Amino acid sequence: MIEYLQQIDAWLAHGEQVAVATVVRTMGSSPRQVGAKMLVASGGGMAGSVSGGCVEGAVFTACQEVLASGQARLLSFGVADETAWEVGLACGGKIEVFVEPLR
Amino acid sequence: MSNLYPSLREALVAGRPVAAATLIAGPGPLGAKLLIWPDGHTEGTLGDPALEARVRLTALPLLARGESRVIDDAELGVSIFIESFVPPPVLFMVGGVHIAVALAALAKIVGFRTVVVDARPAFASAARFAHVDELVVAWPDEALAGRLDVRSCVAVLTHDPKLDDPALRVALRSSARYIGALGSPKTHAKRLERLSAEGFDAATLARIKGPIGLPIGAKSAEEIAVSILAQMVQVQRGA
Repeated sequence: MIEYLQQIDAWLAHGEQVAVATVVRTMGSSPRQVGAKMLVASGGGMAGSVSGGCVEGAVFTACQEVLASGQARLLSFGVADETAWEVGLACGGKIEVFVEPLR
Repeated sequence: MSNLYPSLREALVAGRPVAAATLIAGPGPLGAKLLIWPDGHTEGTLGDPALEARVRLTALPLLARGESRVIDDAELGVSIFIESFVPPPVLFMVGGVHIAVALAALAKIVGFRTVVVDARPAFASAARFAHVDELVVAWPDEALAGRLDVRSCVAVLTHDPKLDDPALRVALRSSARYIGALGSPKTHAKRLERLSAEGFDAATLARIKGPIGLPIGAKSAEEIAVSILAQMVQVQRGA
């Protein structure tokens, strides 16, 4: 978290709102540890990551929704399913990501 | 919902440990947050005093170890993510020797705060150790006393019992996570004999990794530093 403080300060100084996505649970192999964070500002800026790039797109969208609604959400990502248009983790793991407005 | 970010930010900047407990699933306002400080006092709310008391009890030992995880509270059917925010663990290197120069540089990359201790000013010279976070010119027992906790690592590197033994005495009486001592198997056996004669029991002495480092055939000071750091990570991760 401390590595993002400068960026958060800059966003807040510009009057932007910030959503924080945090990896809260991992099962099987996963590229980032519990506590890994991705931040999205209302202006569209972004920092950090919650996976090896597999689910960042979906998390970015969820962050924007959370900023709009003010409602925190828990997201789950599992193995990518070829038959569905779902985002998933190519590594075969599962992760849970909690998205909340920073305040 | 929480308004705790300013407190969290202040703690992060000051390097003070704090745990954040966040309601992530179940009935109740998701995102509700409680900050828990090492002395047990709290800030914020999860909406239920009994839940807060249970969370606080679980969070304190996690915070001491710097661990984060989800706990499921069966009574209320809620999930709480407890996240520990702790300053980096500290590696104390006893002996301003060549291996310490390399070990300090590598340990910093891996995320340790680095401290070099040596009573000999020629060894503990600022020119050699410009890259360490803290350089202490003092006897190791004085320098280490009261500074070791469950996340601390101690690497004893002087080869000189006059400096190594006082450092090991303090380390063995602490809760330090990693204690390693440089020296051949023969040197280490003698060291264990001395400390045993002083009254340290076998279980306590078994905490010392000696000869220090994983056996990777390291020869140069830099390679030995890699083997020590790898062993520290192994202990830290419980592997």
